[in-house]
Amino acid sequence: MAGNVDALYIFLLLICGLMTVLVSTAVIVFAVKYRKRLGHRAHQIEGSLGLEITWSVIPLFAFFTFFAWGAVIYFQERTPPRDSMEVYTVAKQWMWKFEHPEGAREINALHVPTNRNVKVIMTSQDVIHSFFVPAFRIKQDVLPGRYTIAWFRATKPGTYHLFCAEYCGTQHSGMTGDVVVMEPAQYEAWLAGGSTGAPLPVTGQGLFNQLGCSTCHQIDGRGRGPSLAGVFGNKVSLEDGRSVTADENYVRESIISPGTKIVVGYKPIMPTFQGLISDDQLNALVAYVKSISQQQPGQPAGSEATAGTQTKSQQVH
Amino acid sequence: MHTNAATTEHNPALRHHFADMTQQKNSASLGMWLFLVTEIMFFGGMFCAYLIYRLAYFNDFGAASTSLSLKLGTINTIVLLLSSLTVVLAVNAAQRGKQKLLFFYLIATIVLGCTFLGIKAVEYHDKFVEHHVPGPDFHFVAEHPEGHSEQAPVNQQHAQMFFSLYFVMTGMHAIHMIIGVGLFSGLAYQAWKGRYDRNYNTPVENAGLYWHFVDVVWIYLFPLLYLISRHH
Amino acid sequence: MASVTTIPEQENYLTNGYGIKSWLLTTDHKRIAMLYLASITFFFFIGGIFALLVRLELLTPEGDFLQADTYNKAFTMHGMIMVFFFLIPVVPAVLGNFLVPIMIGAKDLAFPRINLLSWYLYMIGGVLITHCMLTGGVDTGWTFYTPYSTAFTNTKIIEAGLAAFVAGFSSIFTGLNFIVTIHRMRAPGMTWGRLPLFIWSNYATSLVMILGTPVIAITIILVAAERLFHLGIFDPRLGGDPLLFQHLFWFYSHPAVYIMILPSMGVISELITAFSRKRIFGYRFVAFSSIGIAIIGFLVWAHHMFVSGMSLYAALIFSFLTYLVGIPSAIKVFNWTATMYKGSISYTTPMLYAMGFIGLFLIGGLTGLFLACLGVDVHVTDTYFVVAHFHYVMVGSVLMAYLGGMHFWWPKISGRMYPEGWGRLAALLVFVGFNLTFFPQFVLGYLGMPRRYWQYKAEFQVLNIFSTAGATILGVGYVLPLIYFMWSMRYGKPATDNPWSAAGLEWMTSSPPPTFNFDETPVVDFEAYDYEHIKEAEVPVAH
Repeated sequence: MAGNVDALYIFLLLICGLMTVLVSTAVIVFAVKYRKRLGHRAHQIEGSLGLEITWSVIPLFAFFTFFAWGAVIYFQERTPPRDSMEVYTVAKQWMWKFEHPEGAREINALHVPTNRNVKVIMTSQDVIHSFFVPAFRIKQDVLPGRYTIAWFRATKPGTYHLFCAEYCGTQHSGMTGDVVVMEPAQYEAWLAGGSTGAPLPVTGQGLFNQLGCSTCHQIDGRGRGPSLAGVFGNKVSLEDGRSVTADENYVRESIISPGTKIVVGYKPIMPTFQGLISDDQLNALVAYVKSISQQQPGQPAGSEATAGTQTKSQQVH
Repeated sequence: MHTNAATTEHNPALRHHFADMTQQKNSASLGMWLFLVTEIMFFGGMFCAYLIYRLAYFNDFGAASTSLSLKLGTINTIVLLLSSLTVVLAVNAAQRGKQKLLFFYLIATIVLGCTFLGIKAVEYHDKFVEHHVPGPDFHFVAEHPEGHSEQAPVNQQHAQMFFSLYFVMTGMHAIHMIIGVGLFSGLAYQAWKGRYDRNYNTPVENAGLYWHFVDVVWIYLFPLLYLISRHH
Repeated sequence: MASVTTIPEQENYLTNGYGIKSWLLTTDHKRIAMLYLASITFFFFIGGIFALLVRLELLTPEGDFLQADTYNKAFTMHGMIMVFFFLIPVVPAVLGNFLVPIMIGAKDLAFPRINLLSWYLYMIGGVLITHCMLTGGVDTGWTFYTPYSTAFTNTKIIEAGLAAFVAGFSSIFTGLNFIVTIHRMRAPGMTWGRLPLFIWSNYATSLVMILGTPVIAITIILVAAERLFHLGIFDPRLGGDPLLFQHLFWFYSHPAVYIMILPSMGVISELITAFSRKRIFGYRFVAFSSIGIAIIGFLVWAHHMFVSGMSLYAALIFSFLTYLVGIPSAIKVFNWTATMYKGSISYTTPMLYAMGFIGLFLIGGLTGLFLACLGVDVHVTDTYFVVAHFHYVMVGSVLMAYLGGMHFWWPKISGRMYPEGWGRLAALLVFVGFNLTFFPQFVLGYLGMPRRYWQYKAEFQVLNIFSTAGATILGVGYVLPLIYFMWSMRYGKPATDNPWSAAGLEWMTSSPPPTFNFDETPVVDFEAYDYEHIKEAEVPVAH
């Protein structure tokens, strides 16, 4: 990714540098050549339609190139590959908390293996922050009350700066950390060495039972709520005729504000969990819901929620 | 042109930097229209916020809307429409040079404006009593008159958002009404002193434009806040 | 009006009445311009002091000169004062106020009393922001992003907001006044096609002022209401959307950049033509590009939000529209350059500023293309790259144009010449100092230094030292004109009515102009920049 951004950056530098040189040379040459001299008068020129069109249209085409190239890169930056390793991140004044799928937690440091797509699923506990790793050329604001997503693929082992790039209060400039990129083997060793908690989906499953979610959301779809197996990543038809793709934010919203999007065929009976669970617990629940979609790409029988798009193969590009 | 006294009959209301009364009048009314454009942008920001949350929290907004008093809202709409009528009549009286009539209609407008504000105050008071004012004491329970027992429970936050917007929007409108009443009081005083006649009545016209604008804002506010879920 | 017989000198707007009251209650647009000049200059130097504090702190990577809190307040106050109390009003309220009526042959603006009210509103805003500054200040950055500003900081948001709100109305009334004046008060023969480009650009600016400013006004009210009454319109904990704030904020604050740059572009058109002794190349294109910028400028605000979490497709649209707004700006630059072709160019101070403007605006505008480019913006937004970019446009370009304009019209304003040698020296210092201050910041940004950082990684230090060094040169460059302008009011060589042999109605009246601008309403029977028919003064001015 960094290579692509740099290539575009250099391309822009070249074109814009050329423009700067051209125009400033023209200014200087004219200033010298047509300086005021005795007996010399200015030659009045009205303008030239041809020239105006030329210097509007040529830049326009250059601009379109910049736009298109930039858009392609941006599109890649905003669409994480499906096989990414997922790290949940909670930002708060003024620290970064990371949780690996295997359950390892860390603060102000993120360990990742080389040559692996890493998807960072982020939310904030207080104000807006921004996840910025200059070496990877990525930046994404982190908002309270919803998830935002960034992804990268590190190629070279090393330690890279992590900055908060959205002003977030007194110690904004202290909200920094390191992204530590390791060879896969070393990364495994690191995971094994430091790991404390249970894997995130397991924690999530515990919560799912403990909070009573499992009473209604039964896997076989016979409960009072829709089965959640196979839901994630697919389209969900809603009571009011709309349909949404079940992503992290959809799952989050359904827990916090269940009445907003009702799955077709079900009744709005779920109570809200707003204020009852923490961001960390939410993350675990989301990870769990996600995991039961990945394990069972088959048919959770009779689930209205998954009607329509079922097969994983459709999603793979 | 510095002998402008000779060009038209000299009107004491003509300011020194204008060539004649027509230029002065045209400038003033263009200025007023431009000012109303800024007002549109001002209210536009709020309407935009309303629209976004209305779409996001569709059902909760509908439920919250039903708790507003349709009766008081309708009366207020009629009061405002009547006041627009008196404003039109006032402007007409001014243009025809009927100074007594002008004064009467200005006072009528002020009375109607105050009536509106009074009714609005009653509505605000009711909302306070019902705990529908955003804040720690906010509490909203939807009524289900038609036995919709299976409707989703109203999300308190979303209902609170409706009332936040309700108070901000009607509050801003009310402030404009208060300014309007102030303006018209000033006009009434000047009219009493006989300052406006056939040749000079631009302030009456411009204040009238302002009043109509504030009315039009209400014409949008009323359905958006009171009527969105009364379609059965 | 006093009788003519006893006074040998012709009476002008400066000599028409003395004493505090004759100034504070004046409705003369020229006197109001002078009131603005004094107060805006004051705020410029206050804002400058904050800039200096910021630059001194950044001399070293550690936070050792200021406390973190103080630093955050310093850059916030720097931003607020410079944006709301300097950059937005500076060219329209000082040069525009003075020149718009004269250039179109009117006696005054359409609403002189509202014009005075504008100044009082500006001053009330100024007093509020000064009070806010002295009693604690604000630490949110001038962008006031929610929910930090509404629910977390405990600094004086409401007072600062109120200051911006009141100052905003000052700018609305100025814009309204200009539009009505330009529509209704033109002298006989002054058709739209004959208007000086400074008028066109002020017209475009005024459009932005009256359409954009009310939106920031309501946004400020919502923020204040949220703080006072605990509403949740922008607070995600209460169901609100913080991105809505950003949309509303940038809907004004992006066009606000055009409020700053458009009148400056108008100034440059006047300077380049006067000192090339030529008609502007492509009058219509330069004129309409101002209107084009004003209109398209309203459709690009969300390019500040490419990493905010806004939808991917919205980002694509705003990136595309942003490139479109680049075209009219490019047209202007090309036309100015072409105007110099085959001219008769003299290197007076205003012309040096004008050429400097082209250079800085080129860099500022072209780096805007980097930021409009989605893939690159993700990396450089919210870093020093952005800081450098907007300083090149908002400060580099606007200040170059403003200072150029001040030198150009100073003889008309004061009736005295400024010292040419000192003027050229200051122009050079400003240009060099500016580039030294801000060019390194582009590099810093690409290397990844985020903005609004009180302490930073040691590897960024060298470039920061360059930047601070540049800032001191820049500071000197700004103080010099202040000194010699004041000096020249007393000791400067008396100016003739048209010291530059320039075209335009303002040069056809006396220096300084009489209270009603012209002894007789002029009748215009010539095109703008009619340099073919203007004889140059025999003796060059600079002696």
